[in-house]
Amino acid sequence: MKYKIDKNGYYGEFGGAFVPEMLYKNVQELLQAYKKIVKTAAFKKEYLQLLKDYVGRPSPLFLAKRLSALYKTNIYLKREDLNHTGAHKINNTIGQILLAKKMNKTRIIAETGAGQHGVATATVCALMGLECIVYMGSKDMERQKPNVGRMELLNAKVVPVNSGSNTLKDATNEAIRDWIAHPDDTHYIIGSVVGPHPYPEMVTHFQKIIGEEISQQLKKINGIPYPTAIIACVGGGSNAAGAFFHFLNNKKVKLIAVEAAGKGLSTNETAATTLKGQTGVLHGCKTLLMQNKDGQVTEPYSISAGLDYPGIGPLHAYLYNNKRAQFLYASDKQALKAAYQLMKLEGIIPALESAHALAALEQIKFKPSDIVVINLSGRGDKDLETYLKQQAQ
Amino acid sequence: MNRLETLFQTNNKQLLNIYFTAGYPNLEDTLPIILELDKAGADLIEIGIPFSDPMADGPTIQQSNQHALDNGMSLNKLFTQLKDVRKFTQIPLVCMSYLNPILKFGIENFCKKAKAVGIDGIILPDMPLPEYENNYETIFKKYGISVCLLVSPDTEEKRIAKIDKLTTGFIYLVTGKAVTGSNLHHNTTQVNTLKRIEKLSLKSTVLAGFGISDAAGYTLVCKYVNGAIIGSEFIRLLSKHPKNRKQQIEKFIKNIKA
Repeated sequence: MKYKIDKNGYYGEFGGAFVPEMLYKNVQELLQAYKKIVKTAAFKKEYLQLLKDYVGRPSPLFLAKRLSALYKTNIYLKREDLNHTGAHKINNTIGQILLAKKMNKTRIIAETGAGQHGVATATVCALMGLECIVYMGSKDMERQKPNVGRMELLNAKVVPVNSGSNTLKDATNEAIRDWIAHPDDTHYIIGSVVGPHPYPEMVTHFQKIIGEEISQQLKKINGIPYPTAIIACVGGGSNAAGAFFHFLNNKKVKLIAVEAAGKGLSTNETAATTLKGQTGVLHGCKTLLMQNKDGQVTEPYSISAGLDYPGIGPLHAYLYNNKRAQFLYASDKQALKAAYQLMKLEGIIPALESAHALAALEQIKFKPSDIVVINLSGRGDKDLETYLKQQAQ
Repeated sequence: MNRLETLFQTNNKQLLNIYFTAGYPNLEDTLPIILELDKAGADLIEIGIPFSDPMADGPTIQQSNQHALDNGMSLNKLFTQLKDVRKFTQIPLVCMSYLNPILKFGIENFCKKAKAVGIDGIILPDMPLPEYENNYETIFKKYGISVCLLVSPDTEEKRIAKIDKLTTGFIYLVTGKAVTGSNLHHNTTQVNTLKRIEKLSLKSTVLAGFGISDAAGYTLVCKYVNGAIIGSEFIRLLSKHPKNRKQQIEKFIKNIKA
């Protein structure tokens, strides 16, 4: 399989484990535990049982008829927004918390941007009775207040991060620093397909159920276990990795990743890493990275807190370079327009992140016979304030 | 033989390595601070090349990094500032940074410029050993830039042996489970780590850092290894913008080495 990670943790030239010596042992321990435990029947059983009974999987694959009529094709929505906690993030946190338990870790840390991963982490920590500390940029705490409240209700400690751009990148730095200071009792649940090996592979592994279900569901619907195209938004890229993974080797499936263009590709206020970035090293992996001529990481921008990350997962950097996935870019305005359209036509309020995937429909012309799956990665409860404010303007 | 190797051959005890961030507190302070540290009696100097995302550093060094970047600090700027440094001092100089700014500059380009101005070594905490061995080792060796690798309290002995073999500069011993600038005073992990390393009788010079801020910490560390690295506490001194900085630095070094 061409898209499998190699033994050193690389997808082509991207990936690796660029961690300081203080984290070497932890990352090795995690790698060994991941390899040993995740494949066992007992682990799989416990993981899948929780996904079914606690998360509510499988998530429905919904034929969006009015949206399909508008774009003259067949559009299915993979309803990750209907998962417990409202996004795909919990698929990963369930997997990692079970692994952390097996590794006898008692303290869990996480970073969060939009707060969906923070909520999903706080949730599984409550479920398993483990201490939970979530690092969140102070700017993100401001724009995603409802999720801060949810994490606190779930007994997590939310630590505001005031460094750099006060967003996801900085929250990740702070979580890494916490892990350096607490290597013995702490497991770091990274929320995206980024970070040192084995995180990109492991998070993809826990998210790949999205694509596997899409395949099973399509087979039931029309007898063909794959679509013409799958569209997903990419910040770090966990929902896209989960939706794409099952189909990577099936060239009949077009994979479409949508990055946040922010205020536009011609401005510096964007999170379009594949266009604006170059190869670099951040947060433990080599990947495409937005940076200036001196190798300083630049501050990304998007209206969506879950997409303004200056890098993308190494798998996505590889898919981009090899042209296995097509990358599109949706601006704040285009994403908002797509979100309001989905509310009106289908009665669904999407997360701002997922709205970027929906915005791709304006950029690609599909045939009437095409089967298009859009990964609706999260719901928009957390974004109500933005939606109401933007609509009033 | 570069100045670092010469130092370790002639004097290998109670070494004091002071870290500061290039371009901090003012952009053009880099060279004056090096000269003041030399005069005050530091044995070697670690020049921090600022990075936007210094993941192993605590708040003090983070802020100095950001401040230096805001001042306009960059690698090109550093090499300009240091172009005549060897006319004034022969103190060993080691650069400390994270991998990304160096990769962006080009490893070979960095080595070439570093050698030209008289830099003796480098510390890159997020450079993995396999990357170093497979891709960079020969380049650093070609230009005579000594590479200082890290050992932490959790590094196993087999791995320490490998690091000891690969290190061409000194071993940077992280004495505590913490980021830089943490208070680890006489913490048991710190003492146990020092004792463990002393027993291994490594071939490399070992300098211990992280959480060492004063004479007591320096004295403790020097009982077990070749010397100490002080960073955050020195940055705190600089952050106060003392008018009589030169005297303050002399006092600072004298107090530690007393």
